[in-house]
Amino acid sequence: MLDETDRAIINGAQGGFPVCERPYAELAARLGLDEAELLERLQRLLDDGVLDRFGPLYRAEAMGGTVTLAAMAVPAERFDEVARFVNGYPEVAHNYRRDHDLNMWFVVASDRPRRVKQVLAAIEAATGLKVYNMPRRREFHLGLRLEA
Amino acid sequence: MNDPAPLCVALLDDTDRALINATQAGLPLVPRPYHALAAQLGLDAGEVMARFRRLQATGVIRRLGAVPNHYRLGYTANGMSVWDVPDDRVAELGRAVGALDFVSHCYERPRHPPRWPYNLFAMIHARSRDEVEDRVAQIAALLGAADRGHAVLYSTAILKKTGLRIAPPAAGGGRRAAG
Repeated sequence: MLDETDRAIINGAQGGFPVCERPYAELAARLGLDEAELLERLQRLLDDGVLDRFGPLYRAEAMGGTVTLAAMAVPAERFDEVARFVNGYPEVAHNYRRDHDLNMWFVVASDRPRRVKQVLAAIEAATGLKVYNMPRRREFHLGLRLEA
Repeated sequence: MNDPAPLCVALLDDTDRALINATQAGLPLVPRPYHALAAQLGLDAGEVMARFRRLQATGVIRRLGAVPNHYRLGYTANGMSVWDVPDDRVAELGRAVGALDFVSHCYERPRHPPRWPYNLFAMIHARSRDEVEDRVAQIAALLGAADRGHAVLYSTAILKKTGLRIAPPAAGGGRRAAG
């Protein structure tokens, strides 16, 4: 489904997009393409869901917001109900089921610093389940380049 | 949070927030995207570009470019590896693990003993569980005796994935951007 040119775009454009008048033309030149072809392919990769988006990846904390990772041990028979409740908060950005005793892992983010703790406390109160708050203390790397 | 990166509390004004809000879902796919943003927001294109550069320099923008979908690229084995390492070595070991090219995120997080003894998280994206296990073994070898216990948690379902959203410029208070 992806041809060599698509792969070159995905592998070569995960960072370093220029800030200049014709940035797509500049990126296209780096990849040996022309601007129109690059724009057309990016649109197709977005439409097909191969790219989630094309643009800035923002760091929420740097915008004055707060982000945390939280985990819960949810009994199997209550899993769907609890997932619906947790997902109902717009502050919950991601939620994954994982194969561990702590089986629900979700990210809570807000631009209002106190809001994250309020959401965690509300989830704990409503579900009667302990919420393990695991905010990151240090970040060592964020640089994955997925090879297509 | 005390990231080691010199991450100043970026002072964002309403124009920055308007720019962020307008680009959270991506840049316009037109030949002059910064000019298009400028027109949309009633700004000068030079100012838009200057602000983008500043947001990059201050770390508000981590990265600018294509954000691929892991699953659509075949990275279907998403393993969260977690490690119990000595607290006084976590910075040094975290940097070493984070430098591995298959580790996408590497963070120190608090333990919750006895249920959760782990303090170092390294997210591994791979095409199969075998590949994840192989990479976990590489991390274990790198940590040596500092690995006092580890686990790998695989995701078995995505329950929600909407991405982070911040609020639009001040007036709206805590209101969310659409989407």
